Amino acid sequence: MENLERVVVVGASAAGVTTAETLRREGFTGSITLVGDEKALPYDRPPLSKQVLAGAWEPERTLLRPDSAYLDQGIGLTLGSAATALDLARRTVALSNGEEIGYDGLVIATGTRPRELPFGHDLAGVHVLRTVDDALALRGDLLRSASTVVVGAGFLGTEAAAAARLLGLDVTLVDPLPLPLVRQFGDRVASTIASLHEERGVQLRTGVSVAALHGEGAVSGVELTDGTLLPADVVLVAIGAMPATGWLTGSGVPVDDGVVCDATCQAADGVYAAGDVARWFNPHFGGLMRVEHRMNATEQGMAVARNLLGARIPFAPVPYFWTDQFDAKIQAYGVFPAEAEMVVVHGELAERKFVAHYLAHGRVVGVLGWNMARQLRQDRQLISPATAG
Amino acid sequence: MKVRIDVDACVGAGQCVLAAPDVFDQRDDDGMVVLLVENPPAHLEAATEHAALLCPALAIVVDR
Repeated sequence: MENLERVVVVGASAAGVTTAETLRREGFTGSITLVGDEKALPYDRPPLSKQVLAGAWEPERTLLRPDSAYLDQGIGLTLGSAATALDLARRTVALSNGEEIGYDGLVIATGTRPRELPFGHDLAGVHVLRTVDDALALRGDLLRSASTVVVGAGFLGTEAAAAARLLGLDVTLVDPLPLPLVRQFGDRVASTIASLHEERGVQLRTGVSVAALHGEGAVSGVELTDGTLLPADVVLVAIGAMPATGWLTGSGVPVDDGVVCDATCQAADGVYAAGDVARWFNPHFGGLMRVEHRMNATEQGMAVARNLLGARIPFAPVPYFWTDQFDAKIQAYGVFPAEAEMVVVHGELAERKFVAHYLAHGRVVGVLGWNMARQLRQDRQLISPATAG
Repeated sequence: MKVRIDVDACVGAGQCVLAAPDVFDQRDDDGMVVLLVENPPAHLEAATEHAALLCPALAIVVDR
């Protein structure tokens, strides 16, 4: 970009921090302002539902960079202030602290917000999990819990259920779909995940939804749509997340389940998006994609920084993600559409040590490994781009 | 350049091996990072730094 002197990055988590650092590494000498709505120094989120919830790590260990790194690199931090509005014509961002900051280049990296149930979130003991404060509040309640219910058996819900069970709690995992993580990985892997959780003592209630949360001031139970009443003094609602794009309403930046971007992650003149909030055209898979995974935040932050500086390179990653639950380390590259055929290529599903390939239209679109990291990395190269089909 | 790894933080993503295969490897059994070269020579420094930046678990620290 010509005349790029002031870059504002809205969102001070993994994608935003990586963008700011990559700008410096690539030689950008203008000003960089990193805006974050949380007061805490930028930190990493994957450990929240794993090591932090389990109590293995103090929150300080999740910091993305030491305090001094920002000063050393000339990255200005404006923390504890949310962006409230964007003026594309004047090239300014309004903040909740009343400030207005001008930019030549803007990076939107505001991430997502947890989706909530339409009821019950006013009751004590009902939690969502996105921030470090959320994680510490949930852990505090879990340590006093007699019975915990986790609503939603996606990545976050299954990881949190495992962490709670490892704390010795009575845990029930509820999801309207028939199996945990079935939408992500299909029936066979999802059945294996279900078996793992049941063996470890998690009570699974799948194929049923939550009808109501009961309690006076504090939650006391979860009523399911089949009439069951589960006693609960802690409820974690982990039913997905929504892109944090409210502040962009009416700005002219295209928003449709995220900030809609072209292949270079550009959304408007001088405006780019990175991380969970970005929905961009991934040429590798030939479609719009929004990826709520940690690796993407880093890779997309790097790509956006380079494109801001004029590289104009399409961002075409093979998505990577992982989840840790009990002794299972499940890792995956690529995409896992519902219609894909799953074939175990190395190891055995029943032994919970395998690599599976997911095939769509005769080509490998995703590879998944369960406690088989090295083999999985070698199979990553088998994922073929859409253009090869 | 000196490289330190935090095996306790490592998630076995293998991104470091993809970025700098002469500096990093993964254990066979659990995929955790193995440091092959503690002081990478000059021609591997850029790849090593890239690996540290890519690591989704912040398990690689590079001191210059």
